[in-house]
Amino acid sequence: MKIAVVATAVAVLAGIGLSPEIAGATSPKKQAKVERNATPLSSVLLQQRQARGAYLARAGNCIGCHTAQGGRAYAGGRKLSTPFGTFVTSNITPDKATGIGDWNEDDFWKALHEGKSRDGRLLYPAFPYTEYTKITREDSDAIFAHLRALEPVVQQNPPSQVASRYDFQPLLTLWRAAYFKPGVYQADPTKSTEWNRGAYLVQGLGHCSACHAERNPLGGMIGRKGDDKLGGGQIMGSNWYAPSLTSSLEASTAGWPVEEIVQLLTTGISPRATTSGPMAEVVSQSLQHLTKEDARAVAIYLKSLPETQSHQQVNPPAQAEQLQAWLRYGARIYKEHCQDCHGDSGQGAPGIYPPLAGNRSVTLTPPTNVIRSVLNGGYPPSTSGNPRPYGMPPFAQVLRDGEVALVLSYIRNAWGNRASLVTTAQVDKSREGITER
Amino acid sequence: MRQFISLLFIAAALSGVSGVSSVMATASDGIASSSAGPAMPVTVPDTMAERVKPCTVCHGQADRVGRDAYYPRIAGKPEGYLFNQLRDFRDGRRYYRPMTLLLANVSDEYLREMAAYFSALRQPYPPPEQVISSPTEIRQAQKLIQQGDATRDIPACIECHGKQLMGTAPFIPGLLGLPRIYIAAQFGAWKNGGVMRGQESNCMSDIARQLTIKETNAVAAWLAAQPVPENAEPADVLSPEMVQRCGSIVQRSADR
Repeated sequence: MKIAVVATAVAVLAGIGLSPEIAGATSPKKQAKVERNATPLSSVLLQQRQARGAYLARAGNCIGCHTAQGGRAYAGGRKLSTPFGTFVTSNITPDKATGIGDWNEDDFWKALHEGKSRDGRLLYPAFPYTEYTKITREDSDAIFAHLRALEPVVQQNPPSQVASRYDFQPLLTLWRAAYFKPGVYQADPTKSTEWNRGAYLVQGLGHCSACHAERNPLGGMIGRKGDDKLGGGQIMGSNWYAPSLTSSLEASTAGWPVEEIVQLLTTGISPRATTSGPMAEVVSQSLQHLTKEDARAVAIYLKSLPETQSHQQVNPPAQAEQLQAWLRYGARIYKEHCQDCHGDSGQGAPGIYPPLAGNRSVTLTPPTNVIRSVLNGGYPPSTSGNPRPYGMPPFAQVLRDGEVALVLSYIRNAWGNRASLVTTAQVDKSREGITER
Repeated sequence: MRQFISLLFIAAALSGVSGVSSVMATASDGIASSSAGPAMPVTVPDTMAERVKPCTVCHGQADRVGRDAYYPRIAGKPEGYLFNQLRDFRDGRRYYRPMTLLLANVSDEYLREMAAYFSALRQPYPPPEQVISSPTEIRQAQKLIQQGDATRDIPACIECHGKQLMGTAPFIPGLLGLPRIYIAAQFGAWKNGGVMRGQESNCMSDIARQLTIKETNAVAAWLAAQPVPENAEPADVLSPEMVQRCGSIVQRSADR
């Protein structure tokens, strides 16, 4: 929060356009900082760079992973559990002993662009350098300038626990040869500047594919066509499915008005969809802070993504008579617990309570997310565009697994929805996930 | 229920046979009917009561024992206390996973508004519990509540929780109108540091650790057996001594 205030203050100052003479009269402490850079900068330029870096760091949601729950911002310590082990994020405040106080711009660039630590050690791709490699040197330097300006936090985080069979640097070399292609984003000259800006943010800094891509068992992304790595996938180490951004059955926005995409990304809610779980966190910490121009660029790029087939097979049930009887039982549960907010035809109150009829997150083939929504409930993020969201009650304490399965099977096959039935076992499995992120 | 479930599995397996579904899709009957044209959006009242529906599904007029946990009534508790609990749940300092998940990404401002709403909510208290305590237990409880035990550095409960035991605004909760089992559980949680992880150990944790199980049970039983006074309101001033001792509880609202 403090960071945002500082950043705003700096941005305001920068806007006034202080003259270089004033900039010269800066404190010795600040000058020392300037000298540390390869090319000395005037204080005003440095402040501008820091402000831009603060904005870019938000756009990349660095704070999201590099902050533990309830912990100091950027001091790391958040645990990311993956099939390869539990990674603990690092302290990226400028503390010399426990943070990156000894790093310079080149070290930072090497981490972002090449996925190598300051000592040359290869980084595990839990740090999304496979996307960050697309970031320009200028932006990398700006983010680094922002991090340098943070208050140093002394916080020694526990080491990552990499499973022994993966804790072997040559393996990473092999992995990188197969799945990592270093290189700054290259603009597509046939596309508009706006589109290219969107592509840069989505593919690089925003690292959307870190979640919205299917992973093979080695953690490599399965890209369908060239660079379109947004085909949806299970989020590693979590019980959430990140829907495909390229399939019209999942979360493609090809058919949406640009304004609604912008609205969803920046306020967390839109007439057709509401963000929840990890995406709500991304909206809250990152996307709501995008400038109008950047949010629009991202929307335009996302909308333009060519349709790809969902990996998920749609498997709607046969409407046998017996099944109808169960679904009617589900309908009764719906009437009792859901209808007040979501309406008797699943119409909802767009922008407040999401419609369920025709809602793709309801009919996604892996029912993971919708089960979680029913069990855990939750509020969409508080954002400046939607500061007092309405929320979904948690039903884990109210409904039994079999009832959740029935009501979801009904919702997934009512009002024109067609999707697979939800089984009690699937609900039970999701309950385990409540103990994790 | 078990039968339902196994049948669901079979149905799911059957539907995998391709071709069946597409034919059946057209034969939708009453369940999937939406022929009356597009339905009007649900009308949603622009009130806090509507916005806190996710809370009131568990936290009702009375305390309630659920399948996994105990859901205390929260109406009428001091605002600062409620805000601190909400924020601590959200940030994982007070540990109960379902609350953490529910409140993730809710802003401090909004949590404050929720706290104010519940704090101002007046709902009748349940009648006191019929608890049978021995005269020794009653004496023991009353002494701890009214006088504390200086030899063990245990302050009287009333020092912080008010002469009427209805709490002290804005951070200290009341102790009456709560069930015995809840109070006993809170003592246990304080002893184990589960109510507020990472709090400086100078306040409730220390006090709870000084008390024996017999004592906490006696206190819980006595408190639960007391009726809530008519028009009960929290006290409004905390002694400077207790403010200092319990700084981790009463001074945290301003720390962010």
